Amino acid sequence: MTLIDLANPSSFLSLTARLLPVLAAATTILLLVGLYLSAAAPDDYQQGATVKIMFIHVPNAWLSMFVWAVMTTAALGTLVWRHPLADVAAKTAAPIGASFTFLALVTGSLWGRPMWGTYWEWDARMTSVLILLLMYLGLMTLWRAVEDPSRAARAVAVLTLVGAINLPIIKFSVDWWNTLHQPASVLRMGGPTLDRTFLIPLLVMASGFTLLFVTLHVAAMRNEILRRRVRALQMMQARASSSDVSAASPASQPA
Amino acid sequence: MSLGPYASFIVTSYLATALVVALLTAWIAIDYLNQKRRQRELEDSGVVRRSGRSATEP
Repeated sequence: MTLIDLANPSSFLSLTARLLPVLAAATTILLLVGLYLSAAAPDDYQQGATVKIMFIHVPNAWLSMFVWAVMTTAALGTLVWRHPLADVAAKTAAPIGASFTFLALVTGSLWGRPMWGTYWEWDARMTSVLILLLMYLGLMTLWRAVEDPSRAARAVAVLTLVGAINLPIIKFSVDWWNTLHQPASVLRMGGPTLDRTFLIPLLVMASGFTLLFVTLHVAAMRNEILRRRVRALQMMQARASSSDVSAASPASQPA
Repeated sequence: MSLGPYASFIVTSYLATALVVALLTAWIAIDYLNQKRRQRELEDSGVVRRSGRSATEP
């Protein structure tokens, strides 16, 4: 199957039927291994056991930005290549991305209270991630507000591209401004500064969460294709019944 | 495994993540069942797509 075949929703549905069980099994295994490694990781010499929050906070934070990057690619697919599945991908990624962003904020607050003495501070990293959550919610609202899916797709695609400017702001906020957050310690020039005893569980959990996103996203795309087919069938049914009524109406009969 | 004096923060973080992921998974699974049911009802009432293929057919 080539990439062009995936442009056909029927081919995509056929692929998901085979792919989803494999993805779900791989996600479960990876997350279980990640949870075991996280539980077995030693306490940090400064943070103690609270370092275990890092193993779920960082994957959620990483996915909050990764999902927007996926939506940005889909937005290009909608506006430039007019790929039939691009707006399906963008629409279905938004609620999943919003969930991971919400979790990044919640777990970050729960980590911040014992480490910084506060649940929330209006620093650059936290504020820019909160803005990201509001942008996700805004896009989801826009999808619901515009009835015609193709018009909604173009409007959402433009806003998604504009919103992508927030991604480098989130990433480099810890370098550009004085924040409570530490500078990057995994994705940085010169390699990670994190010790292997923490880095390995973190990478396994990050991989597991990424696979979780892929699984949920593929399943949600399948649902959206089915929803559009149901909508098309309902419109055909409505057209058929309205033509039946006009045919039966005496006013429509010739004199 | 001892979680120390901040155990409640650690446990709440993991439980919140598990809850949101479970809700997301359940929402997607229920949505799938709903769409399949609505499609079946429409097809049973005689409305068929022009291509004449079902949604899961290759």
